[in-house]
Amino acid sequence: MAKGAFKGGIHPPDRKAATAGSPVEWMPVPSRLVLPMSQHLGAPCAPIVEVGQHVSRGEVIGSVDAFVSAPVHSPVDGEVTAIAPCLTAAGSRVTAVTIKPDAEQDLGSFLRVEADDPKSAVRAAGVVGMGGATFPTTVKLSPPADTPVNTVILNGCECEPFLTCDHRLMLETPSRVIDGAQKIAELIGASRIVICVEDNKQDAIEALRAAAPGTVEVRALPTRYPQGAEKQLIWAILAKEVPHGKLPAATGALVHNVATAAAIADAIDTGKPLTERIVTVTGAVKRPGNYRVLLGTLISDLIEHAGGTVGEVGRIIAGGPMTGPALASLDVPVAKGTSGIVVLTPQEASPLVEDDQACIRCGRCSEACPMFLQPYAIGNYSARQDWNGAGRFNPLDCIECGCCSFVCPTKRPLVQLIRIAKAAALTKGVKP
Amino acid sequence: MSPEMTAERKPVVTGSPQISSTTTCSGIMLWVVIALAPAAVWACISMGLPAIRMFALAAGSTLITEGAWNAIAKKRQTLTDGSALVTGVLLAMSMPPMTPWWITVAAGFIAIALGKMIFGGLGFNLFNPALVGRAFVLVSWAGVMASAPGRGWFKTLDIAATGGYDAITGATRLAVAAADRAAGGAYGFDLAAQYQPLLWRNLEGSLGEVSAALLILGGMVLLFKGIIDWRIPAGYIGAMGLLSWAFGSDPIFNIIAGGVLLGAFFMATDYVSSPMAKNARLAYGIGCGVLNAVGRFYGSMPEATTFAILFMNGIAPLLDRVFRPRVFGWVKRNG
Repeated sequence: MAKGAFKGGIHPPDRKAATAGSPVEWMPVPSRLVLPMSQHLGAPCAPIVEVGQHVSRGEVIGSVDAFVSAPVHSPVDGEVTAIAPCLTAAGSRVTAVTIKPDAEQDLGSFLRVEADDPKSAVRAAGVVGMGGATFPTTVKLSPPADTPVNTVILNGCECEPFLTCDHRLMLETPSRVIDGAQKIAELIGASRIVICVEDNKQDAIEALRAAAPGTVEVRALPTRYPQGAEKQLIWAILAKEVPHGKLPAATGALVHNVATAAAIADAIDTGKPLTERIVTVTGAVKRPGNYRVLLGTLISDLIEHAGGTVGEVGRIIAGGPMTGPALASLDVPVAKGTSGIVVLTPQEASPLVEDDQACIRCGRCSEACPMFLQPYAIGNYSARQDWNGAGRFNPLDCIECGCCSFVCPTKRPLVQLIRIAKAAALTKGVKP
Repeated sequence: MSPEMTAERKPVVTGSPQISSTTTCSGIMLWVVIALAPAAVWACISMGLPAIRMFALAAGSTLITEGAWNAIAKKRQTLTDGSALVTGVLLAMSMPPMTPWWITVAAGFIAIALGKMIFGGLGFNLFNPALVGRAFVLVSWAGVMASAPGRGWFKTLDIAATGGYDAITGATRLAVAAADRAAGGAYGFDLAAQYQPLLWRNLEGSLGEVSAALLILGGMVLLFKGIIDWRIPAGYIGAMGLLSWAFGSDPIFNIIAGGVLLGAFFMATDYVSSPMAKNARLAYGIGCGVLNAVGRFYGSMPEATTFAILFMNGIAPLLDRVFRPRVFGWVKRNG
C-alpha cells in the first residue's frame, strides 16, 4: 500500500515559475460583464432581472429551484444591458446577463446572502467546485445518509502545468482555506481534515502548516500529474479506490478544491456570494500573473489587462493545458470554474497531426493511465466506430486527465477518441 | 502545423490535452539505431567490407521497398518514421556477412512487403518484420544460408578437442557445442573458454553475434531511456539461462552465443509485435526464452531465436487478453 503515490501519471514540464511568485492583484472593473446562467454542472439558472434594471454587487441575477444548481450574482453595481445567448469557454451557447458596471464601484462591500443555516448560505452564495469541475458544492455537502464521510480532503495539488492560482491562494490566505476545511468538516460530520499540496509548492505548505491547528493535517504529495484528480488523491491519502460507478463518498472521503473551501468560508462567515475568483494568466502574455477577476469578465479584456499576447499565438486555453479546452473565441467570459488562461505558442502546443497516425503499440498510454485503462484499445476501436469493441475496455472509467494523449509518440488524439467512445457507451447503452 | 495558422495567427481549437511529450516515433526509432550502433560499427570494423555491404543491402532493400510501396499504393510516405531503417539494420545484424547479396535483398523486400506493408503498415503487423524476412530466406534457401558462415574468407571453426579426437568442426560455436553435446561431451568442448570471444570478437556467425558485450550495452541504453520494458529481455534471458542450466549446459554460454541477446533486447521488444500489458510482456519474454532454449537443445537447428520470437509474436494478442490489467475501482474483472 503505497500512500502518496498513485500508479501511472506523467511529469509534464510545470512552467509555473512565471507566475508562482506573482501576488494576487485585482483586475480593474472592465467595461462590461457577461454572466452565463450556467457556470456549473446541473440545471441552468433563469435570469430574474430585466434589461434596464439596476443591480447591486452581490444581488442574485439568476436562479433556479433545482437541487443540482447554483445561483448567479452580479459582481458589480451596474445596469443590465442585455439578456442573450453567449458562447462559453467550453464552446456551448447559454443564456447570459450582460451588465454595464457603474463608474463608481466599491468592491469591498456586497449584498450579503440571506440564509438560516451554513449549508443554505453556501447554496445561496452560488459556490461550485472551483478546480474546474464546477459541481454545485451544496450537493457534495449533502452525502447520502448511508455513506458516512469521515475525511475531508482539500485539493491544493494544482498538478496542472502553468497554473498558480491555488498556490497563491494557499500562500497568501492560508487561514481562509483552513477555515473552509473546518466548515466543511463540521457540515458533514467528518473528524479528519487533510490538506494536500504537491511538494513543488514548499512555501504554500509552510504557510498552511503555520496557520493550521493540530487537527488539520497538511500533506506534501509527490509532484506528479494528475495528483489532484479526485480518485488518485483519495488513493494517495486513504489507499482506497473509489469503486466503479460509486461516489467518492463510498471511500469515506470528500474532496474539495482549496479555492472552493475559501469560498465556503466566505459564504458562511461573511455571507459573501461568489462573484470573483483568482485566474492565472500566463504563457505568451506580456504581464503574466495571478489576477483577482470579476466573474463575467471577457477573456479578451483579461488578456489585454495582462499586457496582451506576445509573438505568435498557437492556442489560448481556458484552464490548464492538460484538461482545458482551446478557445474558439476570446469573447467568452471568465466563469466560476476558470482557473487560468494559458497562451501557448505554436511550438509549445501539441503538434497538429494532419493524417491519422497509427498506434505503434508501444504501451506508453497504458503505463501512464492512472485508471489502469488501455487507452490505445479504446482509441483504436473508437477510430473505426466499433462502439461495442471500445465498450469492452471501460471507457466510462476514463477521467480525461490527458496522460495518454500526452505520452503518445504518434500523437494520437486518444482522449478525444475516448470521449467519443464514452458518449457512444452512454447513448447506445453499451456495457463495459 | 498548418501554414494557414502561422500566417493568420488564428488560435487553433482542439480538445485537451493541449501539450504533448517530445517523444516521437522517429525519435524512438533513432534511439534503437543508436543503441545498435556500437555492435554494428564494431561488426563493420571486425568483419570489414562484407559487413558494411550487408548493412547497405539490407537497409537499402527495406527503405526502397517501403518507399516504393507507398508510392505505388499512393499512400502518405512513411520512410521518416524510421521503422524501415530499424528493420533493415536488424535484418543485417541477423545475417551472416557472406550471405549472397540477392538473399539479403529478398529478405529486406519480404520483411517490409509481407512483414509489414501488406497488413497496413507500421502498427498493424502481427509479426516482427525483420524476422519475417529472415525466416523467409532461412526456409527458402536453407542450404545456401547454412553454408553462408563458411563462405568466402570465413572459415568454419576448427576447435581443438580433447578425449582422443583431433578437432571438432562447425559453422559457429553453437554448432560446435551442439555437435559436442550430440556426442555426449566426448570432444570436451569448453564452453567457459568461449566467453571472451563471444563477448568481444566472434567472427563466426551473424553480424549481431560479433560482440555480446556491445549488444548488452545497447540493451542497457534502451532500458535506461525507457524505450523498452525490462520485462521482455529479463523474461527471455532469464528463461534461457534457467533452461540451459536445467538441460545440463552452461547458462552464460547459451545466453551470449547465437541470437539470444539481439533477440531479447532488440527483436522481441519490437512494440508492434509484442504484448502491451506488463504481465503479458513478462510471460511473452519467458515464452521466447523457453522456446528458444527448447529449440536450441532439441530442435533441428542450433539457432532457434527467429522462430521462438515469431511464434510468441503470434500469441502476443492472446497474452494481452489474458493478462489484461485490472481497471482502477474494479475489485473483480468484469469480463
